Amino acid sequence: MAKIKLPAAPSNPLSSPKRPGKEYGPSGVLGHAEEAGASAVDWIDERTSLSGGLRWAMFRKVPKGTNWFYTLGSATMFAFLSQAVTGVFLAMYYDPSATRAYESIQYINNDVFLGEFVHGMHRWGSSVMVILIFLHMGRTFFFGAYKYPRELNWVIGVALLVMTMTMSFSGYLLPFDQRSYWATIVGVNINGTGPLVGPYLSEFLRAGPYFGATTLSRFYAIHMLMVPGAIAALMGFHLYLVAKLGTTAPPWIKAKAPEELREDKVTVDQ
Amino acid sequence: MNKQEKERYLRDYGTLKSQGKPFFPYAVAKDSAMAIVVMAVIIAMAIVLGAELGPKADPTSTTYTPRPEWYFFFLFELLRVIKPPALVPLATIGVPTICLILLFLLPFYDRGPERRPERRPIATTAGIFVVCAIGYLTYLGAAAGPPTQIDIPVPANISSQGPEAVANFEAGSQVVAQSGCAACHQFGENGNSGPGPALTDIGARLPAQAIQRTLLNPSAPMPSFSALSEESPKQFAQMVGFLAALK
Repeated sequence: MAKIKLPAAPSNPLSSPKRPGKEYGPSGVLGHAEEAGASAVDWIDERTSLSGGLRWAMFRKVPKGTNWFYTLGSATMFAFLSQAVTGVFLAMYYDPSATRAYESIQYINNDVFLGEFVHGMHRWGSSVMVILIFLHMGRTFFFGAYKYPRELNWVIGVALLVMTMTMSFSGYLLPFDQRSYWATIVGVNINGTGPLVGPYLSEFLRAGPYFGATTLSRFYAIHMLMVPGAIAALMGFHLYLVAKLGTTAPPWIKAKAPEELREDKVTVDQ
Repeated sequence: MNKQEKERYLRDYGTLKSQGKPFFPYAVAKDSAMAIVVMAVIIAMAIVLGAELGPKADPTSTTYTPRPEWYFFFLFELLRVIKPPALVPLATIGVPTICLILLFLLPFYDRGPERRPERRPIATTAGIFVVCAIGYLTYLGAAAGPPTQIDIPVPANISSQGPEAVANFEAGSQVVAQSGCAACHQFGENGNSGPGPALTDIGARLPAQAIQRTLLNPSAPMPSFSALSEESPKQFAQMVGFLAALK
């Protein structure tokens, strides 16, 4: 009688089966780190479903012909982020009181490690941001990118431009030297000549009928809380609309239907 | 744009978009390169230009010429271009507000389907004109230095009153020059022709009392000189005397 050979026993009956899809399963430190990362992302995604939105925003297509002019908007946002970061560090040392403001800026410039550098980045970053926002607006204007269906995004952009100018106006007073003090007095007086709301606006800015002790802290609050918060919120909405509607193609790019779908190329099998 | 044009735009845009590349990583790479350039420019400016601080703000001082940040020059220069005092509110608030409203509403009155700049002659011309106007006004603002010298010959009726009157006149001229009045007012050959009215013959138009009242309680945007009158009544009197003698 022929003997039937028994199959060899598994080497280790207690080892778990291999993961489907992966040939060897997680192996080594890197493999396990990848596994841990993936499961952490899965954990968050299971609770937030963020990955869909992220994929929608990151892997949307930008139309053919997109060129360097289309980086001006994100460059403006980047300048804003730089202003936010340097501004946080300046706020750690700045004292918005009429008697201490100038001295605290002097302290930043002379004693704080890299203080003058960060102060300089904040100061010149404002010029860079203003230039970039104007260039971005010029691109949008000359390319006709404000037209249907992006009208609302243009309106938000103009609001962002006004807020950027408000930021530079309110920030100009903060160093509290002669230059900023007198320029702000004239600027607030100019606001006061406006019809109807003018006098109220300048009184609101000065925190009273005259330029006083609370004016500086009011400008500080406007400069670092009120306007930047509004800018960040509107910028988020601006970006959402950009992702939703898509960036425009340069106006001179002609849309051509894909070759295989053109009417004269389609042949019908008889 | 009518419905048909809207649909055609959306169809053409859909085609272009489907032939494009994904935002990540293609557009993100360009944006990142641009961000690095922006960062490099900001850092270079911070290192080269620094963040120097002027003298401390002094509300009692009147020897300082107010000057805005350079990107407000064009608004500031508008005040100079529009001279008549009755029109000052128009320059300070009117024109900027109208421009802003026009800017906000742009997509609602420019509704044509054409997007190529060379086929939108009105929009493109208007855009280039605005860019040139802002550039020119900014240049004017940058070029207009704050003059600190006022050369006006001593009038005959002052020199006939003796050396003391002449000395007072000259001292007053110096106070006015140092106070930066010439940044906004014209004095004969000196000073800028606006935003404020020319003061070459202000003494003929206003009595000394009225000049003093205006200095203490000016109409915006001129700063008040009440601090000077309290700190140094003599200098203030010389200032009023000088202005009243300009005939």
